[in-house]
Amino acid sequence: MKNIRAIIEREFRAYFISPIAYVVLTIFVFLSGFFFQAILGQVLEFGLRRQLGQGGQPLDMPGMISQGFLSTTSVVLLFLIPMITMALFSEEKKRGTIELLLTAPVTDLQVVLGKFLAAALFFILLLASTWIPMAALYVYGDPASGPILTAYLGLLLYGLALIAIGTFISSLTENQIIAAVLSFGTILVLWLIDSTAQRAEAGMKAVLTYLSILSHLDDFMRGVLNTTHVIFYLSLMLVGLFLTYRSIDSLRWRG
Amino acid sequence: MISVENLTKRYATKTAIDGVSFQVEKGEILGFLGPNGAGKTTTMRIITGYMPATDGAVRVDGFDVADQPLEVRRRIGYLPENPPLYTEMTVVGYLRFVAKIKGVSRTALNDEVARVMSKVNISDVKDRIISKLSKGYKQRVGLAQALINDPPVLILDEPTIGLDPKQIHEVRELIKELAGSHTVVLSTHILPEVEQTCGRVIIIDRGKIIAVDTPHNLRYQVQGAARVFVEIDGPPAEIVPALKTLPGVVDVRVTAQNDGRCRVQVDSDTKQDVRRDLARTIVNKGWGLLELQSAAMSLEDVFIKLTTAEETAASAAAAGASQS
Repeated sequence: MKNIRAIIEREFRAYFISPIAYVVLTIFVFLSGFFFQAILGQVLEFGLRRQLGQGGQPLDMPGMISQGFLSTTSVVLLFLIPMITMALFSEEKKRGTIELLLTAPVTDLQVVLGKFLAAALFFILLLASTWIPMAALYVYGDPASGPILTAYLGLLLYGLALIAIGTFISSLTENQIIAAVLSFGTILVLWLIDSTAQRAEAGMKAVLTYLSILSHLDDFMRGVLNTTHVIFYLSLMLVGLFLTYRSIDSLRWRG
Repeated sequence: MISVENLTKRYATKTAIDGVSFQVEKGEILGFLGPNGAGKTTTMRIITGYMPATDGAVRVDGFDVADQPLEVRRRIGYLPENPPLYTEMTVVGYLRFVAKIKGVSRTALNDEVARVMSKVNISDVKDRIISKLSKGYKQRVGLAQALINDPPVLILDEPTIGLDPKQIHEVRELIKELAGSHTVVLSTHILPEVEQTCGRVIIIDRGKIIAVDTPHNLRYQVQGAARVFVEIDGPPAEIVPALKTLPGVVDVRVTAQNDGRCRVQVDSDTKQDVRRDLARTIVNKGWGLLELQSAAMSLEDVFIKLTTAEETAASAAAAGASQS
Protein backbone atom coordinates (compact mmCIF):
# COMPACT_ATOMS: atom_id res chain seq x y z
CA MET A 1 0.00 0.00 0.00
CA LYS A 2 2.86 2.34 0.85
CA ASN A 3 4.42 1.54 -2.51
CA ILE A 4 1.24 2.39 -4.37
CA ARG A 5 1.06 5.67 -2.50
CA ALA A 6 4.61 6.56 -3.52
CA ILE A 7 3.79 5.85 -7.16
CA ILE A 8 0.53 7.84 -7.04
CA GLU A 9 2.29 10.74 -5.38
CA ARG A 10 5.09 10.89 -7.94
CA GLU A 11 2.73 10.54 -10.88
CA PHE A 12 0.31 13.15 -9.57
CA ARG A 13 3.13 15.63 -8.98
CA ALA A 14 4.48 14.92 -12.46
CA TYR A 15 1.22 16.31 -13.90
CA PHE A 16 1.91 19.60 -12.19
CA ILE A 17 5.61 19.71 -13.04
CA SER A 18 4.86 19.37 -16.73
CA PRO A 19 2.47 21.86 -18.33
CA ILE A 20 -0.11 19.10 -18.97
CA ALA A 21 -2.05 19.65 -15.76
CA TYR A 22 -2.33 23.40 -16.25
CA VAL A 23 -3.28 23.18 -19.91
CA VAL A 24 -5.92 20.50 -19.33
CA LEU A 25 -7.34 22.24 -16.27
CA THR A 26 -7.47 25.63 -17.97
CA ILE A 27 -9.14 24.33 -21.10
CA PHE A 28 -11.58 22.27 -19.09
CA VAL A 29 -12.60 25.12 -16.80
CA PHE A 30 -12.93 27.45 -19.76
CA LEU A 31 -15.07 24.99 -21.74
CA SER A 32 -17.20 24.27 -18.67
CA GLY A 33 -17.95 27.96 -18.27
CA PHE A 34 -18.60 28.37 -21.95
CA PHE A 35 -21.02 25.44 -22.22
CA PHE A 36 -22.74 26.27 -18.95
CA GLN A 37 -23.41 29.76 -20.17
CA ALA A 38 -24.64 28.50 -23.56
CA ILE A 39 -26.95 25.91 -21.99
CA LEU A 40 -28.22 28.45 -19.50
CA GLY A 41 -29.16 30.74 -22.38
CA GLN A 42 -30.94 27.95 -24.28
CA VAL A 43 -32.94 26.79 -21.28
CA LEU A 44 -33.97 30.33 -20.40
CA GLU A 45 -35.14 31.01 -23.94
CA PHE A 46 -37.04 27.71 -24.04
CA GLY A 47 -38.69 28.49 -20.69
CA LEU A 48 -39.65 31.95 -21.79
CA ARG A 49 -41.29 30.65 -24.96
CA ARG A 50 -43.23 28.01 -22.99
CA GLN A 51 -44.53 30.68 -20.62
CA LEU A 52 -45.64 32.94 -23.42
CA GLY A 53 -47.37 30.07 -25.20
CA GLN A 54 -49.63 28.36 -22.72
CA GLY A 55 -48.38 28.80 -19.18
CA GLY A 56 -48.96 25.14 -18.23
CA GLN A 57 -46.80 23.27 -15.78
CA PRO A 58 -43.78 25.03 -14.27
CA LEU A 59 -40.47 23.77 -15.70
CA ASP A 60 -37.61 22.33 -13.62
CA MET A 61 -35.14 24.80 -15.04
CA PRO A 62 -32.16 24.13 -12.71
CA GLY A 63 -32.62 20.40 -13.43
CA MET A 64 -32.62 20.99 -17.17
CA ILE A 65 -29.53 23.16 -16.92
CA SER A 66 -27.54 20.71 -14.83
CA GLN A 67 -28.57 17.79 -17.00
CA GLY A 68 -27.60 19.61 -20.18
CA PHE A 69 -24.38 20.86 -18.71
CA LEU A 70 -23.21 17.55 -17.27
CA SER A 71 -24.05 15.70 -20.50
CA THR A 72 -21.89 18.15 -22.39
CA THR A 73 -19.15 17.68 -19.81
CA SER A 74 -19.09 13.98 -20.63
CA VAL A 75 -18.27 14.85 -24.24
CA VAL A 76 -15.55 17.30 -23.23
CA LEU A 77 -14.02 14.59 -21.02
CA LEU A 78 -13.90 12.30 -24.00
CA PHE A 79 -11.37 14.67 -25.53
CA LEU A 80 -9.39 15.45 -22.40
CA ILE A 81 -9.00 12.05 -20.75
CA PRO A 82 -6.50 10.82 -23.37
CA MET A 83 -4.34 13.83 -22.38
CA ILE A 84 -4.36 12.63 -18.78
CA THR A 85 -3.42 9.05 -19.59
CA MET A 86 -1.11 9.41 -22.59
CA ALA A 87 2.16 9.71 -20.66
CA LEU A 88 1.46 7.19 -17.89
CA PHE A 89 3.48 4.32 -19.35
CA SER A 90 4.75 5.66 -22.68
CA GLU A 91 7.06 8.16 -20.98
CA GLU A 92 8.38 5.51 -18.61
CA LYS A 93 9.21 3.31 -21.57
CA LYS A 94 10.83 6.11 -23.52
CA ARG A 95 13.02 7.27 -20.64
CA GLY A 96 13.86 3.80 -19.38
CA THR A 97 12.45 4.54 -15.93
CA ILE A 98 10.15 1.56 -16.40
CA GLU A 99 13.26 -0.51 -15.64
CA LEU A 100 13.39 1.08 -12.20
CA LEU A 101 9.72 0.37 -11.48
CA LEU A 102 9.87 -3.20 -12.75
CA THR A 103 12.99 -4.09 -10.74
CA ALA A 104 11.90 -2.36 -7.53
CA PRO A 105 10.30 -4.51 -4.83
CA VAL A 106 6.79 -3.68 -6.04
CA THR A 107 4.41 -5.92 -7.96
CA ASP A 108 3.24 -5.14 -11.47
CA LEU A 109 -0.27 -4.78 -10.10
CA GLN A 110 0.90 -2.09 -7.70
CA VAL A 111 2.55 -0.23 -10.56
CA VAL A 112 -0.58 -0.43 -12.72
CA LEU A 113 -2.91 0.61 -9.88
CA GLY A 114 -0.61 3.42 -8.79
CA LYS A 115 -0.60 4.92 -12.28
CA PHE A 116 -4.32 4.42 -12.74
CA LEU A 117 -5.19 5.99 -9.40
CA ALA A 118 -2.96 8.99 -10.04
CA ALA A 119 -4.81 9.66 -13.29
CA ALA A 120 -8.13 9.04 -11.50
CA LEU A 121 -7.18 11.57 -8.86
CA PHE A 122 -6.45 14.18 -11.49
CA PHE A 123 -9.74 13.36 -13.20
CA ILE A 124 -11.61 13.85 -9.91
CA LEU A 125 -9.97 17.25 -9.66
CA LEU A 126 -11.37 18.07 -13.12
CA LEU A 127 -14.83 16.90 -12.09
CA ALA A 128 -14.62 18.98 -8.94
CA SER A 129 -13.87 22.06 -11.01
CA THR A 130 -17.32 21.80 -12.65
CA TRP A 131 -18.69 23.00 -9.31
CA ILE A 132 -17.53 26.46 -10.21
CA PRO A 133 -20.49 26.96 -12.62
CA MET A 134 -22.71 24.42 -10.84
CA ALA A 135 -22.53 26.42 -7.64
CA ALA A 136 -24.47 29.16 -9.43
CA LEU A 137 -27.47 26.83 -9.64
CA TYR A 138 -27.51 26.47 -5.88
CA VAL A 139 -26.93 30.15 -5.31
CA TYR A 140 -29.71 31.34 -7.62
CA GLY A 141 -32.04 28.36 -7.62
CA ASP A 142 -33.02 25.24 -5.79
CA PRO A 143 -32.14 22.23 -7.96
CA ALA A 144 -33.11 18.70 -6.94
CA SER A 145 -29.90 17.13 -5.65
CA GLY A 146 -30.82 13.51 -6.51
CA PRO A 147 -30.31 13.68 -10.29
CA ILE A 148 -27.18 15.79 -9.82
CA LEU A 149 -25.68 13.19 -7.52
CA THR A 150 -26.44 10.30 -9.87
CA ALA A 151 -25.10 12.34 -12.78
CA TYR A 152 -21.80 12.85 -10.96
CA LEU A 153 -21.65 9.18 -10.03
CA GLY A 154 -22.22 8.35 -13.69
CA LEU A 155 -19.49 10.74 -14.82
CA LEU A 156 -17.09 9.30 -12.26
CA LEU A 157 -17.64 5.71 -13.41
CA TYR A 158 -17.50 6.77 -17.05
CA GLY A 159 -14.23 8.63 -16.46
CA LEU A 160 -12.61 5.74 -14.61
CA ALA A 161 -13.49 3.38 -17.47
CA LEU A 162 -11.97 5.75 -20.03
CA ILE A 163 -8.85 6.20 -17.89
CA ALA A 164 -8.37 2.44 -17.70
CA ILE A 165 -8.58 2.22 -21.50
CA GLY A 166 -6.15 5.13 -21.87
CA THR A 167 -3.73 3.57 -19.40
CA PHE A 168 -3.72 0.36 -21.39
CA ILE A 169 -3.07 2.14 -24.66
CA SER A 170 -0.28 4.16 -23.07
CA SER A 171 1.46 0.90 -22.17
CA LEU A 172 1.56 -0.11 -25.84
CA THR A 173 3.80 2.64 -27.18
CA GLU A 174 6.78 4.79 -26.33
CA ASN A 175 5.24 7.87 -27.87
CA GLN A 176 2.75 9.96 -25.91
CA ILE A 177 1.22 11.52 -29.00
CA ILE A 178 0.50 8.12 -30.48
CA ALA A 179 -0.95 7.03 -27.13
CA ALA A 180 -3.20 10.09 -27.02
CA VAL A 181 -4.44 9.72 -30.60
CA LEU A 182 -5.03 5.97 -30.26
CA SER A 183 -6.90 6.44 -26.97
CA PHE A 184 -8.99 9.20 -28.44
CA GLY A 185 -9.78 7.07 -31.51
CA THR A 186 -10.73 4.06 -29.39
CA ILE A 187 -12.97 6.08 -27.11
CA LEU A 188 -14.58 7.81 -30.07
CA VAL A 189 -15.38 4.46 -31.69
CA LEU A 190 -16.93 3.27 -28.44
CA TRP A 191 -18.98 6.43 -28.43
CA LEU A 192 -20.14 6.38 -32.05
CA ILE A 193 -20.85 2.66 -32.11
CA ASP A 194 -24.37 3.72 -31.15
CA SER A 195 -25.13 5.23 -34.53
CA THR A 196 -24.05 2.11 -36.44
CA ALA A 197 -26.34 0.11 -34.16
CA GLN A 198 -29.41 1.72 -35.64
CA ARG A 199 -28.87 0.07 -39.00
CA ALA A 200 -27.63 -3.29 -37.65
CA GLU A 201 -29.67 -6.47 -37.34
CA ALA A 202 -31.55 -7.24 -34.17
CA GLY A 203 -28.97 -9.44 -32.39
CA MET A 204 -26.04 -7.30 -33.40
CA LYS A 205 -27.97 -4.17 -32.53
CA ALA A 206 -28.30 -5.16 -28.88
CA VAL A 207 -24.57 -5.82 -28.64
CA LEU A 208 -23.58 -2.56 -30.32
CA THR A 209 -25.98 -0.52 -28.22
CA TYR A 210 -24.65 -2.15 -25.08
CA LEU A 211 -21.06 -1.28 -26.04
CA SER A 212 -21.79 2.40 -26.53
CA ILE A 213 -20.10 4.23 -23.67
CA LEU A 214 -22.24 7.33 -23.81
CA SER A 215 -25.72 5.75 -23.93
CA HIS A 216 -25.09 4.22 -20.50
CA LEU A 217 -24.84 7.72 -19.09
CA ASP A 218 -28.43 8.70 -20.01
CA ASP A 219 -30.08 7.06 -17.03
CA PHE A 220 -27.56 8.57 -14.61
CA MET A 221 -28.30 12.00 -16.09
CA ARG A 222 -32.04 11.51 -15.62
CA GLY A 223 -31.52 10.63 -11.99
CA VAL A 224 -32.05 6.90 -12.45
CA LEU A 225 -29.54 4.60 -10.77
CA ASN A 226 -29.53 1.40 -12.81
CA THR A 227 -27.06 -1.32 -11.82
CA THR A 228 -26.71 -2.47 -15.45
CA HIS A 229 -24.89 0.76 -16.23
CA VAL A 230 -22.80 0.66 -13.07
CA ILE A 231 -21.71 -2.86 -13.97
CA PHE A 232 -20.99 -1.82 -17.55
CA TYR A 233 -18.57 0.94 -16.54
CA LEU A 234 -16.95 -1.10 -13.79
CA SER A 235 -16.38 -4.05 -16.10
CA LEU A 236 -14.98 -1.78 -18.81
CA MET A 237 -12.59 -0.37 -16.21
CA LEU A 238 -11.54 -3.83 -15.04
CA VAL A 239 -10.95 -4.99 -18.62
CA GLY A 240 -8.75 -1.94 -19.19
CA LEU A 241 -6.77 -2.57 -16.03
CA PHE A 242 -6.41 -6.27 -16.78
CA LEU A 243 -5.15 -5.54 -20.30
CA THR A 244 -2.64 -3.05 -18.88
CA TYR A 245 -1.42 -5.67 -16.43
CA ARG A 246 -0.99 -8.21 -19.22
CA SER A 247 0.70 -5.62 -21.41
CA ILE A 248 3.31 -4.95 -18.70
CA ASP A 249 3.90 -8.67 -18.43
CA SER A 250 4.49 -8.96 -22.16
CA LEU A 251 6.75 -5.91 -22.00
CA ARG A 252 8.99 -7.89 -19.66
CA TRP A 253 9.18 -10.77 -22.11
CA ARG A 254 10.05 -8.57 -25.03
CA GLY A 255 12.51 -6.49 -23.04
CA MET B 1 25.24 -15.30 -3.40
CA ILE B 2 24.22 -15.36 -7.05
CA SER B 3 23.91 -18.57 -8.95
CA VAL B 4 23.12 -18.59 -12.63
CA GLU B 5 22.41 -21.92 -14.26
CA ASN B 6 22.17 -22.60 -17.92
CA LEU B 7 20.53 -19.27 -18.61
CA THR B 8 19.09 -18.82 -22.09
CA LYS B 9 17.14 -15.93 -23.57
CA ARG B 10 15.68 -16.21 -27.02
CA TYR B 11 13.82 -13.48 -28.85
CA ALA B 12 11.73 -14.08 -31.93
CA THR B 13 14.65 -13.59 -34.29
CA LYS B 14 17.78 -13.97 -32.18
CA THR B 15 19.28 -15.70 -29.21
CA ALA B 16 20.65 -13.10 -26.82
CA ILE B 17 22.27 -15.49 -24.37
CA ASP B 18 22.79 -19.18 -24.73
CA GLY B 19 23.37 -21.54 -21.80
CA VAL B 20 25.22 -19.14 -19.51
CA SER B 21 26.19 -20.51 -16.07
CA PHE B 22 28.26 -18.94 -13.32
CA GLN B 23 28.39 -18.34 -9.59
CA VAL B 24 29.20 -15.21 -7.67
CA GLU B 25 30.40 -15.59 -4.09
CA LYS B 26 29.42 -13.26 -1.30
CA GLY B 27 31.61 -10.16 -1.18
CA GLU B 28 33.09 -10.73 -4.59
CA ILE B 29 33.33 -8.23 -7.44
CA LEU B 30 32.66 -9.93 -10.72
CA GLY B 31 33.35 -8.17 -13.98
CA PHE B 32 31.34 -8.87 -17.08
CA LEU B 33 33.43 -8.13 -20.10
CA GLY B 34 32.28 -8.25 -23.67
CA PRO B 35 31.58 -6.22 -26.79
CA ASN B 36 28.29 -4.40 -27.23
CA GLY B 37 25.50 -6.83 -27.96
CA ALA B 38 27.28 -9.77 -26.33
CA GLY B 39 24.47 -10.38 -23.85
CA LYS B 40 25.76 -8.53 -20.79
CA THR B 41 22.69 -6.35 -20.36
CA THR B 42 20.30 -9.23 -21.01
CA THR B 43 22.00 -11.38 -18.36
CA MET B 44 21.83 -8.55 -15.84
CA ARG B 45 18.20 -7.83 -16.64
CA ILE B 46 17.32 -11.45 -15.97
CA ILE B 47 19.21 -11.49 -12.66
CA THR B 48 17.36 -8.36 -11.50
CA GLY B 49 14.02 -9.85 -12.51
CA TYR B 50 13.34 -7.21 -15.14
CA MET B 51 12.79 -9.90 -17.74
CA PRO B 52 12.16 -13.63 -17.48
CA ALA B 53 14.57 -16.13 -19.00
CA THR B 54 13.51 -18.49 -21.77
CA ASP B 55 15.34 -21.28 -19.99
CA GLY B 56 17.54 -21.79 -16.96
CA ALA B 57 17.42 -20.47 -13.42
CA VAL B 58 18.82 -17.63 -11.36
CA ARG B 59 19.02 -17.69 -7.59
CA VAL B 60 19.99 -14.72 -5.47
CA ASP B 61 20.68 -15.39 -1.80
CA GLY B 62 18.79 -18.66 -2.19
CA PHE B 63 15.67 -17.11 -3.76
CA ASP B 64 14.64 -18.04 -7.26
CA VAL B 65 14.05 -15.00 -9.47
CA ALA B 66 11.08 -16.57 -11.22
CA ASP B 67 9.36 -17.88 -8.07
CA GLN B 68 10.07 -15.17 -5.52
CA PRO B 69 10.79 -12.05 -7.55
CA LEU B 70 10.07 -9.59 -4.75
CA GLU B 71 12.48 -11.29 -2.33
CA VAL B 72 15.17 -11.10 -4.99
CA ARG B 73 14.43 -7.50 -5.90
CA ARG B 74 14.61 -6.46 -2.26
CA ARG B 75 18.21 -7.69 -2.20
CA ILE B 76 19.38 -6.07 -5.41
CA GLY B 77 20.40 -2.53 -6.24
CA TYR B 78 20.40 -2.14 -10.00
CA LEU B 79 21.90 0.52 -12.21
CA PRO B 80 20.67 -0.08 -15.77
CA GLU B 81 22.68 0.92 -18.81
CA ASN B 82 20.65 4.13 -19.11
CA PRO B 83 20.16 5.48 -15.60
CA PRO B 84 16.39 5.39 -14.96
CA LEU B 85 15.90 9.03 -14.00
CA TYR B 86 12.72 11.06 -13.78
CA THR B 87 14.51 14.06 -15.19
CA GLU B 88 11.84 16.59 -14.24
CA MET B 89 12.39 15.89 -10.53
CA THR B 90 15.05 17.26 -8.21
CA VAL B 91 17.84 14.92 -7.16
CA VAL B 92 16.55 14.70 -3.62
CA GLY B 93 12.92 14.32 -4.74
CA TYR B 94 13.88 11.48 -7.04
CA LEU B 95 15.92 9.65 -4.43
CA ARG B 96 13.11 10.02 -1.89
CA PHE B 97 10.72 8.41 -4.37
CA VAL B 98 13.13 5.51 -4.97
CA ALA B 99 13.58 5.08 -1.22
CA LYS B 100 9.80 4.93 -0.78
CA ILE B 101 9.21 2.27 -3.41
CA LYS B 102 12.12 0.31 -1.98
CA GLY B 103 10.31 0.28 1.33
CA VAL B 104 12.55 2.60 3.38
CA SER B 105 10.53 3.66 6.40
CA ARG B 106 9.31 7.23 6.65
CA THR B 107 11.51 7.98 9.65
CA ALA B 108 14.69 6.70 7.99
CA LEU B 109 13.96 8.33 4.63
CA ASN B 110 15.93 11.56 5.00
CA ASP B 111 18.97 9.89 6.53
CA GLU B 112 19.08 7.20 3.86
CA VAL B 113 18.84 9.72 1.02
CA ALA B 114 21.57 11.86 2.62
CA ARG B 115 23.77 8.79 3.07
CA VAL B 116 23.67 7.70 -0.59
CA MET B 117 24.15 11.27 -1.79
CA SER B 118 27.32 11.68 0.21
CA LYS B 119 28.50 8.23 -0.90
CA VAL B 120 28.53 9.26 -4.57
CA ASN B 121 29.33 12.92 -3.95
CA ILE B 122 26.18 14.57 -5.20
CA SER B 123 25.07 16.39 -2.05
CA ASP B 124 26.02 19.70 -3.66
CA VAL B 125 23.40 19.31 -6.41
CA LYS B 126 20.61 17.83 -4.31
CA ASP B 127 18.08 20.54 -5.07
CA ARG B 128 18.84 20.79 -8.78
CA ILE B 129 16.49 19.44 -11.46
CA ILE B 130 18.02 16.24 -12.85
CA SER B 131 17.63 17.25 -16.50
CA LYS B 132 19.91 20.25 -15.89
CA LEU B 133 22.78 18.11 -14.56
CA SER B 134 25.85 17.02 -16.52
CA LYS B 135 26.13 13.44 -17.72
CA GLY B 136 28.59 12.61 -14.97
CA TYR B 137 26.20 13.80 -12.29
CA LYS B 138 23.27 11.98 -13.87
CA GLN B 139 25.26 8.77 -13.89
CA ARG B 140 26.06 9.23 -10.21
CA VAL B 141 22.43 9.95 -9.35
CA GLY B 142 21.70 6.62 -11.04
CA LEU B 143 24.34 4.96 -8.91
CA ALA B 144 22.94 6.59 -5.76
CA GLN B 145 19.55 5.14 -6.64
CA ALA B 146 21.05 1.64 -6.77
CA LEU B 147 22.66 2.09 -3.35
CA ILE B 148 19.43 3.07 -1.59
CA ASN B 149 18.42 0.76 1.23
CA ASP B 150 21.92 -0.74 1.17
CA PRO B 151 21.12 -3.91 -0.81
CA PRO B 152 23.58 -6.81 -0.38
CA VAL B 153 23.82 -7.34 -4.15
CA LEU B 154 24.64 -4.62 -6.67
CA ILE B 155 24.17 -5.09 -10.38
CA LEU B 156 25.83 -2.24 -12.25
CA ASP B 157 25.54 -2.03 -16.02
CA GLU B 158 28.48 0.06 -17.23
CA PRO B 159 28.71 2.19 -14.08
CA THR B 160 31.53 4.45 -15.27
CA ILE B 161 30.18 5.32 -18.70
CA GLY B 162 30.01 9.07 -19.28
CA LEU B 163 32.24 9.97 -16.37
CA ASP B 164 35.48 11.94 -16.55
CA PRO B 165 38.73 10.26 -15.43
CA LYS B 166 38.58 11.67 -11.92
CA GLN B 167 34.99 10.55 -11.45
CA ILE B 168 35.79 7.14 -12.93
CA HIS B 169 38.50 6.79 -10.32
CA GLU B 170 36.07 7.80 -7.55
CA VAL B 171 33.43 5.34 -8.68
CA ARG B 172 35.99 2.53 -8.88
CA GLU B 173 37.18 3.33 -5.38
CA LEU B 174 33.56 3.31 -4.22
CA ILE B 175 32.94 -0.09 -5.79
CA LYS B 176 36.09 -1.50 -4.22
CA GLU B 177 34.96 -0.11 -0.89
CA LEU B 178 31.61 -1.85 -1.30
CA ALA B 179 33.24 -5.23 -1.93
CA GLY B 180 33.41 -7.53 1.01
CA SER B 181 30.14 -6.41 2.53
CA HIS B 182 28.41 -6.40 -0.87
CA THR B 183 28.37 -8.68 -3.86
CA VAL B 184 28.91 -6.69 -7.02
CA VAL B 185 28.41 -7.65 -10.64
CA LEU B 186 29.47 -4.95 -13.06
CA SER B 187 29.67 -4.91 -16.80
CA THR B 188 32.03 -2.99 -18.98
CA HIS B 189 33.85 -3.13 -22.24
CA ILE B 190 36.90 -1.40 -20.89
CA LEU B 191 39.70 -3.81 -20.01
CA PRO B 192 41.60 -1.67 -17.48
CA GLU B 193 38.40 -1.12 -15.55
CA VAL B 194 38.05 -4.82 -14.97
CA GLU B 195 41.68 -5.13 -13.99
CA GLN B 196 41.47 -2.44 -11.38
CA THR B 197 38.23 -3.35 -9.70
CA CYS B 198 37.25 -6.95 -10.26
CA GLY B 199 38.37 -10.07 -8.49
CA ARG B 200 37.15 -12.26 -11.28
CA VAL B 201 36.17 -11.70 -14.88
CA ILE B 202 33.71 -13.38 -17.18
CA ILE B 203 34.21 -12.76 -20.86
CA ILE B 204 31.04 -13.11 -22.83
CA ASP B 205 30.60 -12.90 -26.56
CA ARG B 206 27.57 -13.57 -28.73
CA GLY B 207 25.65 -14.89 -25.77
CA LYS B 208 28.23 -17.41 -24.60
CA ILE B 209 30.83 -17.39 -21.86
CA ILE B 210 34.26 -17.60 -23.43
CA ALA B 211 36.53 -17.32 -20.43
CA VAL B 212 36.33 -17.02 -16.66
CA ASP B 213 39.50 -16.03 -14.85
CA THR B 214 41.21 -13.47 -12.65
CA PRO B 215 42.20 -10.28 -14.45
CA HIS B 216 45.85 -11.07 -13.76
CA ASN B 217 45.72 -14.36 -15.61
CA LEU B 218 43.79 -12.85 -18.45
CA ARG B 219 46.27 -10.07 -18.85
CA TYR B 220 49.12 -12.51 -18.84
CA GLN B 221 47.49 -14.56 -21.54
CA VAL B 222 46.70 -11.54 -23.61
CA GLN B 223 49.86 -9.54 -23.25
CA GLY B 224 52.18 -12.52 -23.25
CA ALA B 225 53.42 -13.55 -26.61
CA ALA B 226 51.34 -15.45 -29.09
CA ARG B 227 52.69 -18.94 -29.13
CA VAL B 228 52.95 -21.35 -32.05
CA PHE B 229 54.12 -24.96 -31.89
CA VAL B 230 55.75 -26.36 -35.02
CA GLU B 231 56.86 -29.91 -35.65
CA ILE B 232 59.57 -30.04 -38.27
CA ASP B 233 61.49 -32.78 -40.01
CA GLY B 234 64.94 -31.20 -40.09
CA PRO B 235 68.13 -30.32 -38.14
CA PRO B 236 67.40 -28.26 -35.02
CA ALA B 237 70.75 -26.50 -35.17
CA GLU B 238 69.76 -24.88 -38.49
CA ILE B 239 66.09 -24.44 -37.74
CA VAL B 240 66.40 -22.23 -34.65
CA PRO B 241 68.54 -19.44 -36.14
CA ALA B 242 66.56 -19.51 -39.39
CA LEU B 243 63.23 -19.00 -37.63
CA LYS B 244 64.63 -16.39 -35.27
CA THR B 245 65.34 -14.03 -38.14
CA LEU B 246 61.69 -13.91 -39.22
CA PRO B 247 59.94 -10.60 -38.61
CA GLY B 248 57.80 -10.60 -35.46
CA VAL B 249 59.43 -13.64 -33.89
CA VAL B 250 60.60 -13.01 -30.34
CA ASP B 251 61.86 -16.36 -29.20
CA VAL B 252 62.42 -19.83 -30.61
CA ARG B 253 62.99 -22.86 -28.44
CA VAL B 254 63.28 -26.56 -29.14
CA THR B 255 60.98 -28.40 -26.77
CA ALA B 256 61.52 -31.96 -27.99
CA GLN B 257 63.51 -33.83 -30.59
CA ASN B 258 63.47 -37.35 -31.82
CA ASP B 259 65.50 -38.85 -34.69
CA GLY B 260 65.60 -35.91 -37.05
CA ARG B 261 62.27 -34.46 -36.08
CA CYS B 262 61.93 -31.67 -33.61
CA ARG B 263 59.15 -29.76 -31.92
CA VAL B 264 59.77 -26.04 -31.74
CA GLN B 265 58.02 -23.40 -29.73
CA VAL B 266 57.90 -20.02 -31.46
CA ASP B 267 56.86 -16.97 -29.48
CA SER B 268 55.95 -13.91 -31.44
CA ASP B 269 54.72 -10.40 -31.09
CA THR B 270 50.96 -10.44 -30.57
CA LYS B 271 50.37 -7.95 -33.33
CA GLN B 272 51.75 -10.18 -36.04
CA ASP B 273 50.68 -13.56 -37.26
CA VAL B 274 53.94 -15.38 -38.07
CA ARG B 275 52.46 -18.71 -39.13
CA ARG B 276 52.50 -17.92 -42.84
CA ASP B 277 56.18 -16.91 -42.79
CA LEU B 278 57.07 -19.91 -40.66
CA ALA B 279 55.51 -22.34 -43.09
CA ARG B 280 57.07 -20.69 -46.13
CA THR B 281 60.56 -20.64 -44.62
CA ILE B 282 60.38 -24.26 -43.57
CA VAL B 283 59.19 -25.42 -46.95
CA ASN B 284 61.72 -23.26 -48.83
CA LYS B 285 64.55 -24.76 -46.78
CA GLY B 286 63.41 -28.21 -47.82
CA TRP B 287 62.45 -29.40 -44.35
CA GLY B 288 59.26 -31.27 -43.72
CA LEU B 289 56.51 -29.33 -42.00
CA LEU B 290 54.65 -31.94 -39.96
CA GLU B 291 52.49 -29.83 -37.74
CA LEU B 292 51.72 -26.21 -37.12
CA GLN B 293 49.59 -25.45 -34.10
CA SER B 294 48.74 -22.19 -32.50
CA ALA B 295 48.34 -22.03 -28.73
CA ALA B 296 45.99 -19.69 -26.83
CA MET B 297 45.15 -18.08 -30.10
CA SER B 298 41.44 -18.13 -29.53
CA LEU B 299 41.70 -16.11 -26.35
CA GLU B 300 43.79 -13.55 -28.11
CA ASP B 301 41.18 -13.38 -30.83
CA VAL B 302 38.58 -12.73 -28.21
CA PHE B 303 40.57 -9.95 -26.75
CA ILE B 304 41.34 -8.26 -29.98
CA LYS B 305 37.64 -8.35 -30.64
CA LEU B 306 36.96 -6.90 -27.22
CA THR B 307 39.55 -4.19 -27.08
CA THR B 308 39.12 -2.75 -30.54
CA ALA B 309 35.79 -1.10 -30.08
CA GLU B 310 35.23 0.06 -33.65
CA GLU B 311 35.62 -3.37 -35.09
CA THR B 312 33.15 -4.97 -32.72
CA ALA B 313 30.69 -2.15 -33.13
CA ALA B 314 30.90 -2.57 -36.88
CA SER B 315 30.49 -6.32 -36.75
CA ALA B 316 27.65 -6.02 -34.27
CA ALA B 317 25.97 -3.56 -36.61
CA ALA B 318 26.54 -5.89 -39.54
CA ALA B 319 25.11 -8.81 -37.58
CA GLY B 320 22.12 -6.69 -36.63
CA ALA B 321 21.59 -5.63 -40.24
CA SER B 322 21.75 -9.17 -41.56
CA GLN B 323 19.11 -10.22 -39.07
CA SER B 324 16.58 -7.50 -39.69
